[in-house]
Amino acid sequence: MGRTRTVGLPGWLYVPALVGAVFVLLPLVAIITKVDWANFGTLITSESSKDALLLSLRTSAATTVLCVLLGVPMALVLARTTFPGQNVLRSLVLLPLVLPPVVGGLALLYTFGRKGLLGHALEVMDIRIAFSTMAVVLAQTFVALPFLVVSLEGALRTAGQRYEVVAAGLGAGPTTVFRRVTLPLVLPGLLAGMVLSFARALGEFGATITFAGSLQGVTRTLPLEIYLQREVDPDAAVALALLLVVVAVVVIALARPDRREP
Amino acid sequence: MSLELGARVAERDVDASFEINTGQTVALLGENGAGKSTLLAVAAGLLRPERGRVVLDGQPLLDTDNGVDLPPHRRGVALLSQDPLLFPHLTVLDNVAFGPRSRGVPRRDAQQQAEHWLSQVGALDLAGRKPGGLSGGQAQRVAIARALAADPRLLLLDEPMASLDVEVTPALRQTLRGVLADRTAVIVTHDVLDALLLADRVVVLENGRIVEDGDTRVVLTRPRSRFAARLAGVNLLAGTWTGDHVELDDGGVLFGMAAEPLPQPGDRVVATFKPHAVAVYRDLPQGSPRNSFGVRIDELEPLGDLIRLRTEQLSADVTLQAVADLDLTPGTWAAFSVKATEIDVYRLA
Amino acid sequence: MAFPPPMRWDEAMNLRTRVISALVVLSTSAALTGCGSSDDDKTSAPKSETLTVYAAASLTGVFTDLGKKFEADHPGVKVTFSFGGSSDLVTQIQQGAPADVFASADTKNMDKLTADGLQGDAPENFASNTLEIVTPPDNPAKIDSLDDLAKKGVALVICAPEVPCGSAAQKVEEGAKLTFKPVSEEQSVKDVLAKVTSGEADAGLVYVTDVKAAGDAVNGVTFPEAASAVNTYPIATLKDSKHAALAKAFVELVLGTVGQEALAGAGFAKP
Repeated sequence: MGRTRTVGLPGWLYVPALVGAVFVLLPLVAIITKVDWANFGTLITSESSKDALLLSLRTSAATTVLCVLLGVPMALVLARTTFPGQNVLRSLVLLPLVLPPVVGGLALLYTFGRKGLLGHALEVMDIRIAFSTMAVVLAQTFVALPFLVVSLEGALRTAGQRYEVVAAGLGAGPTTVFRRVTLPLVLPGLLAGMVLSFARALGEFGATITFAGSLQGVTRTLPLEIYLQREVDPDAAVALALLLVVVAVVVIALARPDRREP
Repeated sequence: MSLELGARVAERDVDASFEINTGQTVALLGENGAGKSTLLAVAAGLLRPERGRVVLDGQPLLDTDNGVDLPPHRRGVALLSQDPLLFPHLTVLDNVAFGPRSRGVPRRDAQQQAEHWLSQVGALDLAGRKPGGLSGGQAQRVAIARALAADPRLLLLDEPMASLDVEVTPALRQTLRGVLADRTAVIVTHDVLDALLLADRVVVLENGRIVEDGDTRVVLTRPRSRFAARLAGVNLLAGTWTGDHVELDDGGVLFGMAAEPLPQPGDRVVATFKPHAVAVYRDLPQGSPRNSFGVRIDELEPLGDLIRLRTEQLSADVTLQAVADLDLTPGTWAAFSVKATEIDVYRLA
Repeated sequence: MAFPPPMRWDEAMNLRTRVISALVVLSTSAALTGCGSSDDDKTSAPKSETLTVYAAASLTGVFTDLGKKFEADHPGVKVTFSFGGSSDLVTQIQQGAPADVFASADTKNMDKLTADGLQGDAPENFASNTLEIVTPPDNPAKIDSLDDLAKKGVALVICAPEVPCGSAAQKVEEGAKLTFKPVSEEQSVKDVLAKVTSGEADAGLVYVTDVKAAGDAVNGVTFPEAASAVNTYPIATLKDSKHAALAKAFVELVLGTVGQEALAGAGFAKP
């Protein structure tokens, strides 16, 4: 079998690439060397660990769904329409990417908290968000949403509108065009955005601890459990950290979009 | 009257309008940037002109004076461009069934219709394939079937064969000829064969204005615009009829044969002659023929066993031997000479 | 994934200029303040020494004041603090952090240090702290005793049992034969306080000193059962300290009259 020959990379480029790879991988190796393998099973199957893992998976999945429901329309509006202030809006939507998560948590508290902007309205409707699993999902969505919006908007811009124009010419209304043309064409970008959102939600810590609190089985996700266990049992914390890494890697591997060219 | 299309787009300096009878196919000709695609975009609803009116079968699709502007999907106007743009995620069959399904036709029926149209364009064997694996010609066939399956009241074709290999063009043109026979359609093209074989009528655009509009054969045999002349492969010079000869706009005098309807002195006329009617000399000949021009050769282009010499305005077809004897290369000066009996003079409408 | 349109060239230049100027500012200020460990004992005059104190977060206010006093008493000496959770600080010291003195919020974390033999002189207890109920200023759930915390509908926030304030809360809870149903078990006493000051929680269990420090932002409710869970604060010099004499002097300041008065002022009790 012959191999296609491509334009080679400059040789020096491999050095920083390798350094970068080592920089990312070495800390993972360091974690693995710290794991107390003899007790690994017991450490990660304790009641609190299982609760934390399940809660993390549940809330991250819910967050991903919420990100899709809110983020897909946002990305479409940003990519397919023009209106005054659009660039400002885009920057603001991306704000959670640079905002320290703890600040995000505070912002959510000032919005949905008992004394927050919407606090009174929520109280009237007898909805209590703080200290609930809902609060965890909101905190995770706040930090994860930009990832979905950014990757989907990029995919939409790359895909362009030519196919949509053709579809409209064939008599397809906007909804049909969206369902049968736009969405399938950007599916890889959407999947990538979903994976990123899920991964970000899985690792979310700061906004959650600030906004949602920490209670086993309700709001104490895996990262919070790791942080807590570190106080008393570093071995358990390391074991859980490895578990978190493995879960993230598995999710990313499973959902990795097929890179076939259209 | 089936289609009435008129638009003014200041940004692109386009101001043109024409009409098409039901079942008629019009070839829209013109230089790049003359405004052809702009008019198609207005008809398809992809571009909103400052002022415009598109009426199809009595239904206004666009009427800026009365605030009518139907969205593209409600116009019944299908646009086929040089890029087939088949939906990459759908099979060929589903691509063609897309139009019917968008109209609410059940899946089964839509697929049957798709099969029908695929067989019409000779691409039924491709039904199960994904567009990624098709050749350019195959993809364009499928795109034609897809456009037809949508049952458009008006079909717009924007250089549908421009990006195809020369070998597949004749067969596809034949397919289009069958398909366009009884359809109301507008085809933008640069190819004289497209105009001759596919269109009943030719509309020529120059700088956003219509400069010629008429029966295809008439326009191509008696072109009145430079573009149509070049398309028809003839030389064309404009001027004023004196009753005896043509006073050319760029100066000079041309003697030719006035054609019916006979021009009156003072009428605007065009004089046309075929490139192979031109005799080429290295220096201006003495005496007859009278119609001689000093020209600078810009380009030499092989044309079968002849060479076509191009100057800024004129073309002449000469033998390879003549080129060698006269030592003609781009940049050299030569004399073109045409017998008066080879020149047709038409009155401009 | 794709990110928003790439920066224009002039934007990139602008960014570059800004990064460079930031670096210049950073390096200049580092040079001016003598950032890093440039004050080596052997090369520089003995009069410019830096004493590094690792102390529990609850000591922030008192120790900062004591540090200023210490600097005034020892010209040329600079005291720098690293305040944090006691267990974090122990971990850092175990990993070789250059601390001269360690003050812990509980004996458990100090024990970790002595178990590794990292202490200089034997640790001495210098203060104690007890729990107090904290509520928002308007006390919406009308809490005035420990029993009230177990009432239905009270949004109670306490520390997780894994951290010192949480184990103290657990002791109090068990001593009083109550069953708390907290809405959240926080990582640190500051987190508990934050949930109460923001009004999310009706009540929390924090240290007396925290209530005092929070001032008008909260309402404190003392309860007699607090005596069953007294947190003792030990302090010790570290074996690897390069400023052993100064470290010892600082510990003496904390244990002495001045230190004890300052601690009492912040709400700490005698050990």
